[in-house]
Formats: sequence, structure tokens, C-alpha cells
Amino acid sequence: MELAARLRAGSVRPTEVVEAALDSIAARDGDVHAFLHLRDRTELLAEARRLEDAPRSEWGPLAGVPAALKDNMCMEGSPCTCGSRILEGYRPPYNATAVRKLRAAGAIILGKTNLDEFAMGSSTENSAYGPTRNPWDLGRVPGGSSGGSAAAVAADMVPIALGSDTGGSVRQPAALCGVAGLKPSYGRVSRYGLVAFASSLDQIGPFARSVEDAALALSVIAGPDPLDSTCSPGEWRLDRAELDAGVRGLTLGVPESLLGEGLDPEMKAAFHASLETLTGAGAARATVELMDPSYALSAYYIVAPAEASSNLARFDGVRYGLREPSADLLGMYLSTRRSGFGPEVRRRIMIGTYALSAGYYDAYYLKAQQVRTLIRRDFERAFEQCDVVVLPTSPTPAFALGEKITDPLSMYLNDVYTLAVNLAGLPALSVPNGFSRAGLPLSLQILGKPGADGEVLRVGHAFQKLTDHHRRRPEGMA
Amino acid sequence: MKLTADDIRHVARLARIELDRPDTEKYLEELGRILGYVDKLSQLDTQGVPPTTAVGASELPRREDEPRACLATETLLSGAPARREGHFRVPRVVE
Repeated sequence: MELAARLRAGSVRPTEVVEAALDSIAARDGDVHAFLHLRDRTELLAEARRLEDAPRSEWGPLAGVPAALKDNMCMEGSPCTCGSRILEGYRPPYNATAVRKLRAAGAIILGKTNLDEFAMGSSTENSAYGPTRNPWDLGRVPGGSSGGSAAAVAADMVPIALGSDTGGSVRQPAALCGVAGLKPSYGRVSRYGLVAFASSLDQIGPFARSVEDAALALSVIAGPDPLDSTCSPGEWRLDRAELDAGVRGLTLGVPESLLGEGLDPEMKAAFHASLETLTGAGAARATVELMDPSYALSAYYIVAPAEASSNLARFDGVRYGLREPSADLLGMYLSTRRSGFGPEVRRRIMIGTYALSAGYYDAYYLKAQQVRTLIRRDFERAFEQCDVVVLPTSPTPAFALGEKITDPLSMYLNDVYTLAVNLAGLPALSVPNGFSRAGLPLSLQILGKPGADGEVLRVGHAFQKLTDHHRRRPEGMA
Repeated sequence: MKLTADDIRHVARLARIELDRPDTEKYLEELGRILGYVDKLSQLDTQGVPPTTAVGASELPRREDEPRACLATETLLSGAPARREGHFRVPRVVE
């Protein structure tokens, strides 16, 4: 990472870097609203100064690098709202494992970023604390649900931010904001301290401008954790040789049948141009068949709300956050959950509760889990013919604020290219691959076999060595 | 499967979410449309297909059951809306 190297070389000091990041947030975040909470300036500068006073031999790989966290990850002493009124005022008394590792590597966490409430949404408009705006066009959404983290990186407020991806919530905002966003393989990063949405799908992933920096961030936060039993065994280390290996000898799987209906023409043109770039650099291509993504969408909108309805049962006014007064316990539950949860969260709890309720379980939840098996098998077949699958990340560039918020189904369709990845537990990366005539970022998504995080990063890094889309900055934000 | 207003009220009760009449009608319409969409799963033949309940590690790791340090009661109660004598305090449950 360029900034980490300059810090290490002593050409810039951690306090200077933190000052500059806070200044850029002060200058831009009034427009963008990427942050829900910033840590105290004095406290941050003290943290930077402690690093300056420490011997360089003790510096971790991210020493002095400013970072931001999606506000659904616990950091001791900082608020954690999940974008919801129901957690207003809550300050967790512990650190998420990913947060602990990031800090142990020397990163200076400036604050917490905006999100769709409990990570449910694709535009960050479902935040109870107001929407985030896209740094490329303030009239448009940054995507979601990790829209604040994506916008903070795109607007050059921080070089690294963490998000969580349950159905596309890192990749889609990365796509709409023109930055790199990685959803690691399921189990790669501990979810201890990440507020659970859909436990069989959730995964923490990094945003950065370059794939190389995202890879470095992953190497810091990845690895098994005794506090999360779903973590894969084995460390994940950044393999420099693999990252730099280029695309020669790799086969890109292209699901031609998924590139028709609903795909924006400029997205489609950029996708084909990216294929040319990669095949020009020595990659082979193969046409692969994948299931119609509307099946993944359908399975997702049963599995995710079902798990959410169970996970969000804990928000009842007893242990933390909001409590609405009531004469009896049931009344307290009902009124706390009614005023604490926003409309999309209530909607998904309702869908999930219905899908799990007596008489409907087999027809909905069990059926969706069986379809999940079909989706996994579908990818296994595709990966017999290729090393990675390539797709657009989002069917369209960033849309206008307010455009889709009143129609849940049309909002859900934003994630048509990203959902299947979570259902199958694959790693996938989004990188910017061009700009629309209106100046909005376009995106390429690279999907790998389960566990092959290094391979998707390799292809993404090779793509960035061949192109300079990731170097472009939104006007007034460089 | 056609949703009814009774279904919506039943589900809301299970989910511990209070509804008023306009909510019931709104959810009836919205959930009806979403469930109508996801009904396309019935087009897929899943006879004999095992469900995927989890991806990734097939076996959960085990460890020795040894006592370890944990957060103090006082710390854990620090976010509670109401507390008394080291416990969460809640409204009356039984008359």
C-alpha cells in the first residue's frame, strides 16, 4: 500500500495523515454523509502519536493508515447503531475480531459509517439517520447496504473501510462508487462482533481504491477465530507472487445468457471491453451456463429474511438500546419493536417469520435451502470449465435518491448479479471498469471457487494493472 | 398460497411487531407481491435434493470446555435501559 509505505519510510507522519483525513471528512462529509460517528480528534491524534513514538519494528502492516467501519461492527466505546433507532445510544463494551485485528495492524479507525438499517437495502436510504450520497453525483445513491464505507473511500476520506456483504452489500456499493470491494469466501473473516443479519450468508469484506490494498486489508482481518465457529480453518496470507501472476493461463467463464434483459447498455459495453482487455493479456474465455438469477433472488428473499427474523429477535428493549415504556412485558416488546425498526426491517422480519411459521416452513424455507443446493451445484459445474466467472456487479450505474425506495421488489433487483455468490459461499470482487456518459462508475465482478480469494484478487489486480479506471476521482474529491 | 389479513396479524404477533389497520393492509399488499415473486421456486424440481443449511466448514470445531475471562456483569449491564441489583429490569410479566 502506497500510504503505508510512505508512512514507513518516514516521508509522512501518522499524525499528519490523521489530520489530513479528518480535514477531508470535514470538507466533504457535509455533502456525502458517509459517517454516522467520528471519534474525538484529540483521542485520534493521541493514538497516532503513540504510534509515532513506538519503534518502527513494532509497526504492523497498516501502521498509521486511517480506516472506517460500517456501523454494524462493534468497536469498544464507540456507538454502534446499525443505522437503526432501536440501537440509538448503544456503545458496545467489546471489539469485533476484525476490528481488533485491524487496530493490531496499526490502522487508525476514524469512525463508523452509514448503512441501510441492519444492512437491509441496496441504497443506504433505509438508514434511520438519513441517506448517504454518491460522491460522483450527490443526487444519486451510493448503493448499499455498506454505502457509507464505499462513499468514504470514493471521496478520499479514508483509504480503507470495512463493510459486510450478505447479498451484495460490499460489492454493489463498491460498484456504484467506483472503488474495489471484496466479499471473501464464507468463513474467511470472523463475524464475532458483527451484528448478525443472516448468519449463513454474512461476511465482512474490505473496500479500497486498489485491489492490492483490498488484498492487504483482507490479509489483516482474515483467519480462524475461536469466537466464531463458522470460520474456515487455516490462515489466509497475501501471496505476492499469486497477486502479481497476471491472467495468462486462466480461463474466464462468461455466463452469456445472463447478459440480456435488465442489463444497462453502457454496463454491457464496458463488460465486453473488460473481457477484451483480459483476453488481450492472455486469459482464455469459455461460455458457461448459469441458472436464471431470479431463482437466486427468490431463494435469497426467503433465506435472508428468515434468518434475520430470528437474529433480530434479540432487539426487544430488554438489554440495550431503545425501550418504549409499557405496563407489561409483551406491550414493551411490541411498542419497542414498532418504533425502533424502520419499514424495510419490519417488512423482512414479517416475510421471514411467515416463511418459518407452522405450515409454511417446507414450502418456503426448506424449498429455498434445496434451491441453494442447486445453485451451488450450478457453480460447481461452471467452475469445471473456468477458473473464475465474470459478470457485471450491478445491472445499472448509481440510480437517483428516491427512485426505487417505494418499490421493494425493484430495489431487490439491484442485487440480481450478487446474491447467488452469498448463497454458494463464493469469494467475489467488484472493480470499476469504466464510466457512463453521465460520468458514473461502471463495474466488473469476478467470482471465484469457494476458498479461492487469492484468485479473484489476482484477476482484479491484473485488470487494474491494465486499466486506470480506479485512479479516476470524483470531481472536487481528490 | 393467498395471504389473508388474518395471516398478517398472526405473523405480526409471532414477530412481536405491533400493527394498526393501515399497516395490515400495506403488508398484505407488499408481502403478497414478494411471496408471489418467490413462488417461482416451485418451478424447480427439488425432489430428493438435500437442503444447504450452511456453506464452508462442514464440521464445527470443538475445543476444551475451560473457564476463561469474560466481561464483568457491570460492563454488560452498562447498555441496559433499566436495571436493578445486577439484573435487567423489565415491566411486570404476571399479574
